[in-house]
Amino acid sequence: MTKKEWPLWEVFIRSKAGLNHKHVGSLRAADAHMAIENARDVYTRRSEGISIWVVESNNLVASDPSDADSLFEPADSKVYRHPTFYDVPDGISHM
Amino acid sequence: MNSLFEYVLRLGDDSLILGHRLSEWCGHGPILEEDIAMTNISLDLVGQATSLLGYAGELEGKGRDADALAFLRFDREYKNLLLVEQPNGDFGMTMMRQFFFDAYRKPLFEKLQHSSDKHLAAIAEKSLKETKYHLKHSSEWVIRLGDGTEESNARVQESLNTLWRYTNELFFTNEVDAELVEKGIVPTMQEIQNEWNATVTAVLNEATLTIPTNNWKQEGGRKGLHSEHLGYILAELQYMQRAYPNMQW
Repeated sequence: MTKKEWPLWEVFIRSKAGLNHKHVGSLRAADAHMAIENARDVYTRRSEGISIWVVESNNLVASDPSDADSLFEPADSKVYRHPTFYDVPDGISHM
Repeated sequence: MNSLFEYVLRLGDDSLILGHRLSEWCGHGPILEEDIAMTNISLDLVGQATSLLGYAGELEGKGRDADALAFLRFDREYKNLLLVEQPNGDFGMTMMRQFFFDAYRKPLFEKLQHSSDKHLAAIAEKSLKETKYHLKHSSEWVIRLGDGTEESNARVQESLNTLWRYTNELFFTNEVDAELVEKGIVPTMQEIQNEWNATVTAVLNEATLTIPTNNWKQEGGRKGLHSEHLGYILAELQYMQRAYPNMQW
């Protein structure tokens, strides 16, 4: 008998209405249907969520860690991209 | 006889013994995800047992609580189905046993949630949500394994053949049921059996499995007459309370 692993799936959970789905981890499942059920059992057993997305890990395209210098470092010196140069008028809360 | 006590005890014992059986899979599941799924279902069932046996104790009115009923009775006093005490076997056997049970429990709780007995109705309503998921989980596995590889089909067909003889007892009735149906507290078993037949036929067909034509059936659990397996389950389940009476942790 050949030993074949089920494909890996990435799991995203929405913790409550209005919030975005967040990556919580991964699991193995034979197909999308089983992936949803396994995600329900593995990642929502302590009431962590109200909605689940799964995507087969193969389908994710990731940035190359060796490109991190050119991709992310240039942003470090662009402080003007943060909206920190404005005076917030009185009476505006939650800023 | 206190009919409602007897009826609630049956439900509670089914949940307790099947919950215990499933807990034996903890750490032994075929994959991590399924290990957790079975443990979740086990805990759902033990939770139901806590509510049901607690209520049974109240109905009995002799001061026994859920723990006293779970841990301090002898095998002949347990009224669970023979089906739920059968050994786990392989994963397919466990799923087939679960499927037969879930397909019976779902329509039963659907009816019981409208029971004129408010306490029983509330337990049924809460348990139904769990049971619906259990049924979805077990039916999908029966279909996957039946309509899977040659080996998985042969093995799960074997489990079906072995467990089929215990399915008739799901619909056991005696004077307890007659009295409670009369009072409008519980549904007739005929309704439950019709729905069970429909679910089981549909799922087993989709799973390309064959329903055994051998109609020899076995029953006894509802009367307290159990297979040898229950004794071993109780030995493990009751050991602590028997060895250290009233211990808590």
